[in-house]
Amino acid sequence: MMVSDGKKLGLFLLFTPFALWIGLLIILPHVGMFILSLKEKVAPRVYEYGLDNYINFIQEPIYWNTLLRTGVMSLLVTVLTLLIGFPVAYYIAKIAGKRSKGALFLLCLIPLWVSDLIRAFGWILLLRETGVVSKSLQSVGLIDTPIEFLYNDATVVMGLIYTVVLFMIVPLVSTLDGMDNEMIEAGYNLGGSRLTVLRRIIVPYAMPGIVAGCIVVFMLTAGSYLTPILLGGKNSSWFTEQIYDQFITRYNWESGAAFGFVLLTFTSFVVWAGLRLSGQTLSSTVAKS
Amino acid sequence: MNTSEFDLQCENLTKHFASVRAVDGVSFDIPAGTFFSILGPSGCGKTTLMRMIAGFESPNSGDIKIKGKSVLDTPPNKRNVKMVFQHLALFPMMNVYENIAYGLRCNGASKSVIKTKVADVLERVALPDVAKREIHQLSGGQKQRIAIARCMALDPDVLLLDEPLGALDLKLREAMKIELKLLQHQFNTTFVYITHDQSEALVMSDHVAVMNEGKFEQIGTPQELYHEPVSAFVAGFVGDANRWSGTVSAVHDGRVQFTTAQGLTLNGINKGDAHAASDTVSAFVRPEFIKLSDANLTNTNTTAGNNNEGHNSISGRIDSLLFNGANSRLLVRVDSNELIEADVTLTGGLNDPKAGENVTLVWPHEQTMCF
Amino acid sequence: MLRKPFIAGAIAVFALSHAQFASAETLRLLTWGSYAPDNVVKMFEEKYPDITVEVTFSNNEEMVAKLRATGGAGFDLAQPSHDRIYAAQLEYDIYKPMDLSQIDMSNMEDSLLEGVKANTTIEGEVYSVPHQWGTSGLMADKSKAPDFASWDDLCDPMYKGKTSMRLKRTILLGTAFAMGEDPFAAYSDLDKYQSILDKVADKLIACKENIKAYWKGGDDLSAMMLSGEIVASETWDSTAYKLFGENENIVFIPPSTGAIAWIDTFTLPRKGKADDAAYKWINFVLQPEIVELMSASTGAMAAVKGAKDLLPADKKAAVNAAFSDEDIANLKFFANIPPGVEDMEGKTLEKIKAATGG
Repeated sequence: MMVSDGKKLGLFLLFTPFALWIGLLIILPHVGMFILSLKEKVAPRVYEYGLDNYINFIQEPIYWNTLLRTGVMSLLVTVLTLLIGFPVAYYIAKIAGKRSKGALFLLCLIPLWVSDLIRAFGWILLLRETGVVSKSLQSVGLIDTPIEFLYNDATVVMGLIYTVVLFMIVPLVSTLDGMDNEMIEAGYNLGGSRLTVLRRIIVPYAMPGIVAGCIVVFMLTAGSYLTPILLGGKNSSWFTEQIYDQFITRYNWESGAAFGFVLLTFTSFVVWAGLRLSGQTLSSTVAKS
Repeated sequence: MNTSEFDLQCENLTKHFASVRAVDGVSFDIPAGTFFSILGPSGCGKTTLMRMIAGFESPNSGDIKIKGKSVLDTPPNKRNVKMVFQHLALFPMMNVYENIAYGLRCNGASKSVIKTKVADVLERVALPDVAKREIHQLSGGQKQRIAIARCMALDPDVLLLDEPLGALDLKLREAMKIELKLLQHQFNTTFVYITHDQSEALVMSDHVAVMNEGKFEQIGTPQELYHEPVSAFVAGFVGDANRWSGTVSAVHDGRVQFTTAQGLTLNGINKGDAHAASDTVSAFVRPEFIKLSDANLTNTNTTAGNNNEGHNSISGRIDSLLFNGANSRLLVRVDSNELIEADVTLTGGLNDPKAGENVTLVWPHEQTMCF
Repeated sequence: MLRKPFIAGAIAVFALSHAQFASAETLRLLTWGSYAPDNVVKMFEEKYPDITVEVTFSNNEEMVAKLRATGGAGFDLAQPSHDRIYAAQLEYDIYKPMDLSQIDMSNMEDSLLEGVKANTTIEGEVYSVPHQWGTSGLMADKSKAPDFASWDDLCDPMYKGKTSMRLKRTILLGTAFAMGEDPFAAYSDLDKYQSILDKVADKLIACKENIKAYWKGGDDLSAMMLSGEIVASETWDSTAYKLFGENENIVFIPPSTGAIAWIDTFTLPRKGKADDAAYKWINFVLQPEIVELMSASTGAMAAVKGAKDLLPADKKAAVNAAFSDEDIANLKFFANIPPGVEDMEGKTLEKIKAATGG
C-alpha cells in the first residue's frame, strides 16, 4: 500500500503543473472570454446576453474579409514555408554529416534568439527605401532610383516565413531522421526516378511531420501580430490587429472576445479541413513529432 | 567469349573512401541462375561491393557487367538489379499490393498488367491472400517473402540480398534459409547473397566468395571452401576448426612437421605456400576428423604408434562435454595444457566418454591443414 | 498563438503582479513614456524618502484598458488625456474624484485648469487636473515642401508617395476640420457626425494612393522623415520638435484650420491606495524647476503659467518657429468623447484601412 500511495502521489505531483497550466491559463481565460463575447452593451454599465457580437461580425464585410485575407495569407505562408523548409530539413536529416547536423540546427535557431520586434526592425532597416538593399542595388548600378521594398504583402509574407520556418523544420527533421535510408534506396532500386521517390516515398513517409509543421506554422501565422503590423502596408490588415483594435482602441471587449473566438473557430476549421484532405489525424501527426 | 551465360561479372573492381580501400581489385563471374554468396566479416567491404553493383556507389576503377553489358553509366533506377535490403525497406505507408505495384508503376506497366503480375508473384511466394494487408500486419517471415516478391515482380537479372535474415530469430532464420533456396530454384534467377554468417552461405549457395579486407580470398563451392581452403583466413572463417600456430621442424614429401609454442608436435600437409624448416605455420583441424583412439575405448595395451601410422595422436583428459544430440562435442585438455575440440557421437550408452576421463585423440596427417 | 486570450491574460497577470507589491510607501504611476524621467523620480524620492515610485509607461487606450481590467486597481495615479475621462468613468467606473484642496493650483494656467475641470466634472465632482498639453498637427521639410499648410495638403498629388499619417481618430478630426466641418460640435448629433465621418472616409480612401505608409509610432515616423522618404506628415508636435533639433528644415506646422490640442491630466484610479503620495507627486512636478526638467524630457508644455519660458532653449526655438499667437488662439481642444463615438470612428478607420487604394 505504501508503494502504491507513493506512486499515486508521484503521479499527482507530475500532473499538477500541467493541470494548473491548462486550467488556469487556457481553460479559465477562454471560458471568461466566451462569456464576455456573449455580452451586449445596451447602455453604459448595462449588459445583456446575446449573440449580437457574432451577428455584427457576420454583417460587416470588412471583418470577415480581413479574416479571409488573414486565412489566405497564412495558408500561403504555410505552403511557402513548407517549400523552403522541406529541402532544408532534408539536408539536415539526410545529407549533412552527424557533426554538422547540430551546428545546422543551431543556425536555424538563431532567429529565435532575437525578439519579434527586433527582427521586424531588422527587416525594416534592410528593406526601406533608404535601406541597405535599396542602397546597395543602387551602388552596383542595378537600379537608378531608390525602391521601397517595405509596406506590402510580399514583405509581410517574407517576414512571417522567416519567423516561423523553424517550426516547420523541427518536426520535418525529426520525421525524416527516423526514415531509414534504405527506404529511399529501395525507391530508386525498384526503378523510381528522383521525382517518383520524392512523391511516392519521401513525402508520404514525412507526411506526419509535414502536417504537424503546417498546423503549427498556420496557427502561429494566423495569430501573429507584430510582423504584419510593422511590415504591412496601407492595405494589409491582419485579423489580430482587428482584435487588438476592438479591445484597446475601441474599448469594445465584448466584440473583441467574439472576434477571438471567431479566429479560434476559423483556424481550427482550417486545420480540421487540412487534416481531412491529407488523410491524417492529430494523433498521427502532432502527437508523434 | 559468350558473355550471356554470365548474369553478373565484375572486373578488377576497386573502391576507396579517403585512404581506406573498401574494395580492392575484385573480379568474379556469376553464371546465370546460380545462388552466389559473398561471405566475410563485417567491415570487409562486401556491403560496398554490393552497393556498387546496385549503383549506389560508383567504383574508382574496374567494370561491372550485367548480362555482358557494362552498367557503370546506368543510374541505379535503370539497372535491372533488384535488392532485398537488410531491414527489408518495405514502404510502411503502402499496403502489400502497393509495395509490389510500386516498381511496376515506375516501369510504366498498365493497371491490368500490374494486377496480374502482383497476383502472380504473391502466388509464387505462397502468400496469395495478403495483398490488402498493411505491412505492420505481416509476420517477420511474411515480410521477407514480400520483400523478395516486390523485387521478383520486376523480373530482375540479378537479385541482391543484403543479410536479410539478420533481424530474424534463430528458428525463423533456419526455416528461411531453406525457403530462400527453394525460391531461388523456383524463380531461377541469379541471387547474390551477402552475409557474415558462414552457415547461411554454406547451406544455400552454389558458389561462395570469401571476402577479407576488400579482397576475395577464395571463390568456390561450399565443399571446396570447407575441405580445400586456400588460405588460413578461409580455413578459420569457414566452418569450425582447432587452430595452432607453430614452427616447422621438418618438411618432406609435402608433409610438414611443426611444434606449437606449448611444445606439441604435430604432422600436417601443406595447403598453401610451400614451407621450409623454421618457418611459422598456422594449422587447422576440423573437430569432426578428431577421434578417440580405439585403445582408449577397448582399454587394451596396443601401442598407439602401431595403430596410428600416418596419424597424429595426443593424450589428454576430457575437460567438459558439450551435449547437442548428434553434434555433441568434447573439450579435451591435452598434456601440453591446450584445449582441443573433437566431435563425438553419443549413443547414450555406458561407453560414452565422460568428463574427467583420460583419452587419446587421433586424426590423419592429411586432415591437418597447414598454411 | 498570440491571440486575444493572451492580451487579456497579460493584462490580468500584469495588474495582479503590481497589486501584490503595493504598499503605503509605493506610488504606482501609470503614465506616458518620458512623463516620469529618472532625474525627477530621483529628486522626488529624495524629498520623500518613505515613498518609492514605480512607473508603468502606456498610452490612452491601454491606460483605460488596464484600469478597466481591474476595476481601477493596481495604480495610484494615471495620466490619460482630458477627453478620456468622462465617458470612461460613466462606462466603467475606474476613477475617483479628486480632493482639489490637496493640490496647489495657484501656479496653474487658468484656462487649461478650467477647461479640464469642465470636461471632467461628473455629478459635481471633479476627476482631473491638467499636467501637460500639446498638439497634433502637421510637419514638413520646408526645403522640399515650402507651402505645406493644411490637412488637405497630405493628399495633394504634388507630394504623391511622400506623405504619411497615423490612421487614428486625429486624422479623421483634422480632415473634417479641413472640409469646413466642426466635428466636436457634431458630437451632440451623432447622425450628423456619421455623415461627416462618411465624407471624411471617402476623402481619406481617395487619399490612400498619395500616402507612402501609415506611421504607427514616433520612431518610424522620425525615420521616414529624417531619411527624406517622406517630406510631410501628420505628427505630434513633440516629435516634430525633436526632429527640428536634428534638421532645422523640419518644422511643426499648425494646420490652417487649427492644430488639435490635448491635455494630459492627473487622475486617480478608483482603487488607488496611495492618494497622499499621488497628491505629493502632482504638487512636486508642477513646481517651476521640475516643470523645466519634465518639459525637457517630454517636449510638451506644462499647464502652468509661463510654461513656454520653462521649455529648454531648443524646444522653445522649435515652438517659436511653429506657433504664432494666432495659432495658439486657433487651437482646437479635443472634446469629450461621448459613448458610441469610439465605435463610429473605429468602423470608419477600419473601412479606410480595408479599402483597396494606392
